[in-house]
Amino acid sequence: MSWTWFHRLASPPYVYAFAARLTPWFAWPAALCILGGLWGGLVLAPPDYQQGDGFRILYVHAPSAWMSLMVYTTMAIAAAVGLIWRIKVAHAVAASCAPIGASFTFAALVTGALWGEPMWGTYWEWDPRLTSELVLLFLYLGYMGLRAGIEDTQRADRASAVLAVVGVVNVPIIHYSVVWWNSLHQAPSVMRLAKPTMPPSMLVPLLLMLLGFTLYFVAVLLVRLRGEVLGRERTASWIREVVSA
Amino acid sequence: MNAGTSAAGTLPAAHAAGTAAPAAASAAAASALEAAWLALLRDVQLAFRRRAQLVQPLAFFALVTMLFPLAISPELTQLRAVAPGVLWVAELLASLLALEFLFRDDAHDGTLEQYALSGQSLTWLMFAKTAAHWLLTGVPLALMAPLAALSLGVPVTALPGILLAVIVGSVTLSLIGSIGAALTLGLKRSGALLSLLTVPLSLPVLIFGARATQLAINGAPLLAPLELLAALAVLAVTLAPLAASAAVRISLE
Amino acid sequence: MRAFLDMGGYAAFVWPAYAVTFAVVVLNVVWARRALARARASARRRLSARSEGP
Repeated sequence: MSWTWFHRLASPPYVYAFAARLTPWFAWPAALCILGGLWGGLVLAPPDYQQGDGFRILYVHAPSAWMSLMVYTTMAIAAAVGLIWRIKVAHAVAASCAPIGASFTFAALVTGALWGEPMWGTYWEWDPRLTSELVLLFLYLGYMGLRAGIEDTQRADRASAVLAVVGVVNVPIIHYSVVWWNSLHQAPSVMRLAKPTMPPSMLVPLLLMLLGFTLYFVAVLLVRLRGEVLGRERTASWIREVVSA
Repeated sequence: MNAGTSAAGTLPAAHAAGTAAPAAASAAAASALEAAWLALLRDVQLAFRRRAQLVQPLAFFALVTMLFPLAISPELTQLRAVAPGVLWVAELLASLLALEFLFRDDAHDGTLEQYALSGQSLTWLMFAKTAAHWLLTGVPLALMAPLAALSLGVPVTALPGILLAVIVGSVTLSLIGSIGAALTLGLKRSGALLSLLTVPLSLPVLIFGARATQLAINGAPLLAPLELLAALAVLAVTLAPLAASAAVRISLE
Repeated sequence: MRAFLDMGGYAAFVWPAYAVTFAVVVLNVVWARRALARARASARRRLSARSEGP
């Protein structure tokens, strides 16, 4: 089995160039999917039986929540790879993920709160999903805070990697405890992201949005990654050609 | 450096004992345990020379507990309703404060580096340091919880259950805290960052502990949350020293 | 069109939700591109400082 592709992915100059070439292949399909999802979700999908047009917030809340979790997991995996095999590019990936994930966690919280009014008649409910999102935001902030607090890039990479791995192990535990806590107090309703019997006209735009946001994440990640990779290479010769170009 | 290294000085001896019998893994394990035990004794001895420091987290706990009646109401019925939350929040905050003592002195005088370089299992040494820290701060804090509970109008019958829950919970809090402390070793103004890192990870302890306390107050059996607290403690004991030792090595590099 | 903007009475919730999400989408793109530009600028500076060195 040839491992050259693996070694190439770990090579900063290769990644810097490759990421640039790859970005449009994710950016344009992402834009298409998101536009399609918006059209389907805002225009084509019929209003919900209970919530009327209010349910359309789903089409931005669900992708944001999905992003917040998916990005954290990606970050933790990249961090683990960087820690175990000491690959700088992996650490660069993890660093690139954090601001993206944190901002979408914030979006998930705001859209979740805005959805609260049509759903429950109140802006905030300590329901398990929203509470877990809030905790996830703090996990991101902690990760970013630790990175920011350590000057040496290598120590920052490795310390935040340990934190990310510890965090990702804790996410299911925290989520379970929040669900457990919530169930004790007979919360008025649990936010259901998707009813089991969602008609295709409602489901397809949702899937399009989820796909579109995932592609968008990769595109943005690739842009950030190039900057992170560059920052970790002090004065390697390949930078000279690339930067003065 | 001389005051505290009497125990650390024997680490090389234990190390030599370990390398003298390379084929016997059990000998190495025994010396790791020996080293851990010595580290624990050392930490306890040193802490007793500065007993005044140990009182600070306890005073903080009492202070925080006192804030709530003043901020809410002197009525015991109202206080009893919020007692589980107050006790556990105060417990969490006080244990955060106490974390400062875990690595500070050893990082300062180079003992931590000695531990990392000693060839002994750093994981066991981290476990020993955290265990010592728990004995010195976690247990006293836990012993204060019943007193604080009484001041919040909790019936006497609830106290044994509360004490048990807090003791088990404090084990996990100390272990999770050791990870955060190791990651932020030597950083300036790390207090807020340490809290930001440690608190989200400690939420399950807070949730199950407060629930156990509520059940104890109601006179109901609290086995379910207690078992969950115990499970968290077991998980923490197994995994946290590993993470802490990785973090210490990274911080010392 | 009016009915569309009105969102069945939920306009005050639906549109801000979309606005916030798309603000975050745009922000991330801008942020990422700025970060890359800054990294390139600082790399250029490091290289020129080196070549001008003793």
